[in-house]
Amino acid sequence: MLALVDANNMYVSCERVFAPRLTGRPVVVLSSNDGACIARSNEAKELGIEMAQPWFQVKHLVRSAGLIAVSANFELYSDMSARMMAVAGRFAPRQQIYSIDECFLDFDGVRGDLVAIGRQLRAAVLREVGLPTSIGFAATKTLAKLANHVGKTAERRPGSYPACLAQVCSFGALDPTDLDAVFGATDVGAVWGVGRRIGAKLREQGVKTVLEFVRADAATIRKQFSVVLEKTLLELRGTSCLDMSDVDDAPTARQQILVSRSFGKAITDPAGIIEAVSEFASRAAEKLRHQDSAAGAVGVFFTTSPFRPNDRQHSVNVTRPLVRPTADTRLLVATAVHAARREFRAGFNYAKAGVILLDLQPASQHQGELDLCSSDEGCTPAAKDRTALMAAMDVLNRRFGRDSVRIGSATLASHDTDVRSWATRQERRSPRYTTRWDEMPVVKA
Amino acid sequence: MVNRDLLPDGAAVGSDRIDDRAPRKSLASAGFGSPGEDVTVRRIDLNDALIRHPQSTFVMRAAGEAMAGAGISNGDVLLVDRALTPEHGHVVIAALEGELTCRRLHQQHGLMKLQAAGPGHADMVAGEGAQLEVWGVVTTVIKTLVG
Repeated sequence: MLALVDANNMYVSCERVFAPRLTGRPVVVLSSNDGACIARSNEAKELGIEMAQPWFQVKHLVRSAGLIAVSANFELYSDMSARMMAVAGRFAPRQQIYSIDECFLDFDGVRGDLVAIGRQLRAAVLREVGLPTSIGFAATKTLAKLANHVGKTAERRPGSYPACLAQVCSFGALDPTDLDAVFGATDVGAVWGVGRRIGAKLREQGVKTVLEFVRADAATIRKQFSVVLEKTLLELRGTSCLDMSDVDDAPTARQQILVSRSFGKAITDPAGIIEAVSEFASRAAEKLRHQDSAAGAVGVFFTTSPFRPNDRQHSVNVTRPLVRPTADTRLLVATAVHAARREFRAGFNYAKAGVILLDLQPASQHQGELDLCSSDEGCTPAAKDRTALMAAMDVLNRRFGRDSVRIGSATLASHDTDVRSWATRQERRSPRYTTRWDEMPVVKA
Repeated sequence: MVNRDLLPDGAAVGSDRIDDRAPRKSLASAGFGSPGEDVTVRRIDLNDALIRHPQSTFVMRAAGEAMAGAGISNGDVLLVDRALTPEHGHVVIAALEGELTCRRLHQQHGLMKLQAAGPGHADMVAGEGAQLEVWGVVTTVIKTLVG
């Protein structure tokens, strides 16, 4: 049995942990250039605000409906995500962090009442980290996603589904008749991998609900749509087609790109971490270009193993905003390496590292700007060249002092530069409560 | 993929004891080596010493003197753990009318209230129209004497 654990309205929920006054009020989080709503509280959804809706279209709701807008604070979200994932990971033998706000857990071999375990997990994340989650249990990833959707909707819209499915929803605990009833009450567009366009086409053919889709002919679906949609159909019937161990095995374009790995042998020196982070950032950049996106922020994490209790534990999780969104490998690698170099501490056995690209947007939305290396042909040097370039840079920096040579230092979102360039563009950003000493929450005493 | 069960055994050997895998100085090097050179020891780490639950511990700064009687002054840094169950007598952070506030928790005979540790501050009683939710338990107060 798999579970999908997903934080409800993640970015808004992170803001609410430290600003209780936001609770119960309509709140939106705006993208890095304050252009669009990238997260909405339930109250904001009730106002009719759509995902990715431009800010100027909803601005009037500040006065008329008490809408509160905050700028994205990716450092905060990234740290809260790391905390949430660590708590969720305690409950199952295998965990796949799928994005900043969701992870799959594999409960294979775990005995007992999974719904009860799910409720404990939800309570633990809520109490220890402050984030509300929804959890969906089912036999395949696509079904677990759908179960999660049902759990979330049952909570948000009482009456849409049986109340017992709210928050923690297990398809495994339903008998076939009840499962059909749930499928019959769910729009086909809610299925992971269906989306708006395919959903419309399915509806034209009379396939409106998940139940009607599940009963469709697989071969016909493959012929009229794609092999990917046929896989989705098979997953909904309980046949696993998406690999638990492969994050990229997903039917839709991703909103974050995460590349991480556990090390075969613990890494103890900065060179090892930097090498790993460079490699992960390069791979993430390739994936980014593959889906024609650009990233607005780069996250880096590395951590010791919690399963080696005799080791001293240390976790690093930092997020660096970029001055402008990019898909340039060298810029992304440089930003990730810079962050890793700053955060590395000697004396620990690091067991795992990763790079996450956040704040993704279509590459076509790039600002018109003279960038000598923005086209793919021009900026995808062979891996060898890039390594050589990085190595040369490191040699120069070692010889002439740290940061003597930096790639595109004018655009590198370093600790020193981001304060100024970022502040002007993110007027409503909350303090980075958990990652900056001088921005910690202040409590009335 | 965070494949924790695939972390190979022996991947991260090491403990709090002296690390005998540290690089040793070549025997051929001339002169007196420092006696400490071929071992690494670990300095006290305040994170290890003071933070029992890293995932649920948050750092906050106190503003005001209402908790002076509990040893918390304006500007002190507080370590707040959300994983602990709040008990009678704990100094806690509570979400009070939309604000995070530091108070002592009084929880006896079914009565729950928040008390300041200093004169001039009224108790805040749960259920008297005020929303009262304990956010976390203050475990440690850090006072900086020389900045």
